[in-house]
Amino acid sequence: MRHLLLAATAAGFLLAGHTAVAATAYVSNEKDNNLSVIDLDKLETVATIDVGMRPRGLALSHDNKLLFICASDSDRVQVMDLASRKIVKELPSGADPEQFALHPNNKWLYISNEDDALVTVVDVDSEQVLGQIDVGVEPEGMAVSPDGKWAVNTSETTSMLHWIDTATNQLVDNTQVDQRPRHVEFSQDGKLLWASAEIGGTVTVVDVATRQPLKTLNFQIKGVHPDKVQPVGVKLTADGKYAFVALGPANHVAVVDAQTYEVLDYLLVGRRVWHMAFTPGEKQLLTTNGVSGDVSVIDVASRKVTKSIKVGRYPWGVVVTP
Amino acid sequence: MRTLLPCLITTLGLLAAGPASAALEVRIGYLGYTPERGPVLSNVIPEPTDAGLRGAELAIEDSNSTGRFLKHSYRLDSVEAASGAALLEQARALHESGLRLFVVNAPADSLRQLAAAMPDSLLLNAGSADDSLRTDACAPNLLHTLPSRAMLADALGQFLAARKWQRALLIPGPTADDQAYADALRRAARRFGVKIVAEKPWTFDNDQRRSAQAEMPLFTQTAEYDVVLVADERGDFGEYVPYHTWYPRPVAGTQGLTPTGWHKTVETYGAAQLQKRFEEHAKRWMNDRDFAAWIAVRSIATAANKLKSSDPAAIRQLALSAELPLDGFKGRKLSFRDWNGQLRQPIPVVQPRALVTTSPQDGFLHPVTDLDSLGYDRPESRCRLAES
Repeated sequence: MRHLLLAATAAGFLLAGHTAVAATAYVSNEKDNNLSVIDLDKLETVATIDVGMRPRGLALSHDNKLLFICASDSDRVQVMDLASRKIVKELPSGADPEQFALHPNNKWLYISNEDDALVTVVDVDSEQVLGQIDVGVEPEGMAVSPDGKWAVNTSETTSMLHWIDTATNQLVDNTQVDQRPRHVEFSQDGKLLWASAEIGGTVTVVDVATRQPLKTLNFQIKGVHPDKVQPVGVKLTADGKYAFVALGPANHVAVVDAQTYEVLDYLLVGRRVWHMAFTPGEKQLLTTNGVSGDVSVIDVASRKVTKSIKVGRYPWGVVVTP
Repeated sequence: MRTLLPCLITTLGLLAAGPASAALEVRIGYLGYTPERGPVLSNVIPEPTDAGLRGAELAIEDSNSTGRFLKHSYRLDSVEAASGAALLEQARALHESGLRLFVVNAPADSLRQLAAAMPDSLLLNAGSADDSLRTDACAPNLLHTLPSRAMLADALGQFLAARKWQRALLIPGPTADDQAYADALRRAARRFGVKIVAEKPWTFDNDQRRSAQAEMPLFTQTAEYDVVLVADERGDFGEYVPYHTWYPRPVAGTQGLTPTGWHKTVETYGAAQLQKRFEEHAKRWMNDRDFAAWIAVRSIATAANKLKSSDPAAIRQLALSAELPLDGFKGRKLSFRDWNGQLRQPIPVVQPRALVTTSPQDGFLHPVTDLDSLGYDRPESRCRLAES
């Protein structure tokens, strides 16, 4: 522990020395209670920052100045000032926060409380809880629509998407999907919602206007048993052309044509791939690989995996600042 | 299956005023009977007396929290009987009151009687690991969520093969259950290339708490082995074999390194959340019986949710088809074997305070699913449930 801390401090000084010019990725290490900081020019881990217990979901404020961290076992959301890399506040998150999403107004944070079957809404400025909404068992994925109208939560054991009207913070509709929905992602235009189902092995694309499923995607990888295909993270390119789906213990990321829903390719990454983030300009896609303890770098244009970067134990969430 | 799914996906408003979603009430009976284990010599750490029931209760809570969005409700009527005859009587009373879905935590003989006495009901066995139920008895209205002894022994056998621990000393205890467990170990040894170099039935009747150090080394002095396998289901002597063997070798089976359907140390794939919910509910750790009863109720609820019905025949048919992927926090979807109604599932192999491995081990291939490398496969069982 002590040498880790020293390393972190030393690296912190180094970074403080020359002002950060390179884009940076922050990776939460669920079993190490810290974040790995990756310099995206060097593609190396350059620092480690201690945070609360069992850090999982990560999110950036829309100005990229603040990093929100779900410290699940500390039962709080920590807010880190990225300039100083210090925790500047701790938000009342409800118990066991796992994932969250920030409203376009940069104020309302929608947090899933995995153990309590709740979604907690917190005002990040006033640090007040604005509301708690009952959802299904083991709420996990969270997303807010680009127009800010909807907050959508997935509940894993209930296998539903819960639609929360952000104007009233009331649950107004539910969409049943395949088993163990893990993650939801809105398309840039806000018309479609992509939802992964880990045990169902599928991704459902939902029409936001009707809240009805439009299309269910399946994945088949040669040489991988279908049971191991367990979709988790989903990332959509800003131009609406491609979707990337992390397939968990199948150790592959699927590349999907977001117009035709055809699976174009499967890219081999590290073991138990969880979540993903694009580097600036969507040149590269980073994936967190829980079991192998590393981050894979995918070159988006060539669809090739170009590098693995060692991080901590059970890397879970990842975000990128320019 | 994939093509059917979209038809089954339904979106329903939460508001009670929402249109035409028929309310559904699903009543499930929990039938518990655990015979006295007799005087056990190593009873320092007592077993929970409500194993199974607590898991069923939690699954009802979990199912109701889904159900409230769909106007489905689940109710558990539980009975704990002091004898097999009393259990049969109480089951009949529940049947009389309209119940047709049961989770049973009782020995094999009771299960056979119950299944025969209520042919119009669906029973899920969450208490007996008996292999003959799954290979010969083949009751048409009986599914099994607890792993069979053969599945447990195969899970261990694959690990022994993976570690190249190929010579074993087998110590079977005196009860019929111990003999059955030893049979499963012998079968696994044959299947996975482990040679049983010596077999020594346990015949002592003294308390090993004080005498193991003096007696166990001599008792285990045989041809050289890589591992000692114990078959002591009650927990009578097995706890006193580790560290007292003639050769300094690991101990596995019912004690030491143990294959089991569930254990406190299982935490990945969301299991940590289930463990937390259970511990909050029961104020103790979840064991294999609790898990078997939990997944039994969840199987019924998942099927009822898909079917919008609690009809036992329809649930049975769906369970035996490939259309009911179950989420059991074991890292992959679970399903029932269509020939004998056994829930196929990965098996954790644990030591008391850590997960050692999960079987099937890599490299044990199977033409359909590697999960069927554990236990009796279709050609080895007389049962053909899906065809009846």
